[in-house]
Amino acid sequence: MTSLAAIEARIDAFATAPVTYREDAETLLRLAEEVLEYWLDANGKVPVTRKKEGFRLLALHAQSAKGDPSFNACRETCREIAYRYNLAMSVADVGELTRAVATMRRLVQHLSLFISGKCQSAQLGEFCCASRPLRQTDSEMLEN
Amino acid sequence: MADNKYNLIAYYPGCALEGTGSAYNTSTKAVGKALGLGLEEVKNWNCCGAMEVKNIDPKIQTYLSSRVMSIAANEMGHDVVMAPCNGCYHNLKKAEYDLTHDEGSKEVTERLSSKAGHATYQAGQVETIHALDWIKKSIGEDGIKSRVKNSLSGLKVANYYGCMYTRPRHIFPEKDKGPGTESTSAPHFMDDILDAAGADNVDFALKTACCGGAHTLSDSDTSTKLVLNILQAAEESGADVIATECPTCHTGLEMHQIRAEKRFGVKTNVKILYFTQLLGIALGLNPRKVGVHENVSKPMGMLRERRIV
Repeated sequence: MTSLAAIEARIDAFATAPVTYREDAETLLRLAEEVLEYWLDANGKVPVTRKKEGFRLLALHAQSAKGDPSFNACRETCREIAYRYNLAMSVADVGELTRAVATMRRLVQHLSLFISGKCQSAQLGEFCCASRPLRQTDSEMLEN
Repeated sequence: MADNKYNLIAYYPGCALEGTGSAYNTSTKAVGKALGLGLEEVKNWNCCGAMEVKNIDPKIQTYLSSRVMSIAANEMGHDVVMAPCNGCYHNLKKAEYDLTHDEGSKEVTERLSSKAGHATYQAGQVETIHALDWIKKSIGEDGIKSRVKNSLSGLKVANYYGCMYTRPRHIFPEKDKGPGTESTSAPHFMDDILDAAGADNVDFALKTACCGGAHTLSDSDTSTKLVLNILQAAEESGADVIATECPTCHTGLEMHQIRAEKRFGVKTNVKILYFTQLLGIALGLNPRKVGVHENVSKPMGMLRERRIV
C-alpha cells in the first residue's frame, strides 16, 4: 500500500509541470482511487474492484461511506473528479484540457487532504454535514 | 417567479451573526430593506444546538431548534423562518426532519417544551429557508436585474456554498426537484443571484468542498490545508472574490488565509465577501452599510480597482 505522503507528492508534482496530456487525467483518477484504497485498507476493508456509474472511484467512495455519514463531505469531490475526467477525455481544445486536468489536481488534492485529516481524526466531516437520521441505529446503517 | 409569501418573514440570525459574522447580519438586513422585504427577528431566540449539542445529544439539539420555530409560529404567527447561517439553517431543517420521522425526538421536544412553558412545535408549522432561498423566491433574478444600480460586471466570483447547505440530502426534501429548485450536488442559487447582479461567476469545482471548519481548533493544520486548497482553486479559476453564505465558512476562509501565509508561507490574494455584501453593493448600497470594513481580507482596494465601488 502506497503511503499518503507518497500519493500527495505525486499529486503535488502536477503543480509544477504544465499539464497537457489526457494520460495525466488517467493518472489523477488513479491517485484518487489510491487515496480511498488507503482509507479502506487502514480500516481493515478490502477495496472493491467494481465500478459505479463507470467509475471505480465512485464505487470506492460508496464503500467508504457505508456506515460512515461523514463521508458525505467528499461525495461531491469524488463526483467532480469523475466529471472533470470525462471533460478531459472529451474536449478537443488544449486549453480546456489543461484547465480540466488542473481542476482535477485540486480536487484530488482535496480528497487526499480530507482523508489524511480523517486518518488523524476520524470525526473530520462528522460535525458539520453528516447528521444521520435519528431513527437509524448503527446496525441499520451498516446494513444499508 | 417571485412569491410574496416571503415578503415578511421571521428572521433567525443565530449566534454567529451577532459575533464574527456581524457583517453578514448587517448586510442581510440592509439588502432586505433595499429590496422592500420585511424581516421580523424571532423573539428571545436561543442557540440552534450548533455542532456541540448535536453531537452530545441530537434530541436536545432538535428541541433547541424546535423552540425557535415554535416562537416564530405560535407567538409571532409566521409560517416562514429564514436562517442565513448554514449551521442554523441545517439544524432547523434537521429538527423538522427528526420531528417528522422520530418518535423519540417528539417525546423529548414535548417534555422540554412543556417544562420551558411554551407551545410544542409541530412539524410542518413553518418552512425554514436560507437567505439564498429568501432572495431567490421573493425577488428572483429578474427582480434583481431590474433593481441593480451598480453592476458587478467584470468581477470574477467563485461561489462557495460549504457543506451544511446541502448535506445530508435527506433533510432537504424540497431540493433536487428539477428546474427552479436547488441542487444538492451542484448548488446554484448564489450563482443565479450574483449573475443577475452582473457578476462573472467562474467555474468553481470546490464549491461544496469540506473546509475542516469544525476541526479548526482541534486540528488547525488540516483546516488550514483544506482552506488553502479552496483558496488556490478559486484563484486558479480566475476568481477575484469568493462569495460566501455561511459565517463559519467565511470566518474560516479569512482566518486560514492569514494562517496559511504564516504557517506554510503561501500567500493568496483572493478576497472573501458574503453574497449579501456583493448584492448590497450591486443594489447601490454604500460598502460601509453592508459591513465591508469588517472583512479581514480587506476587499475595498480590489473593489475600487474593478470600479465596483
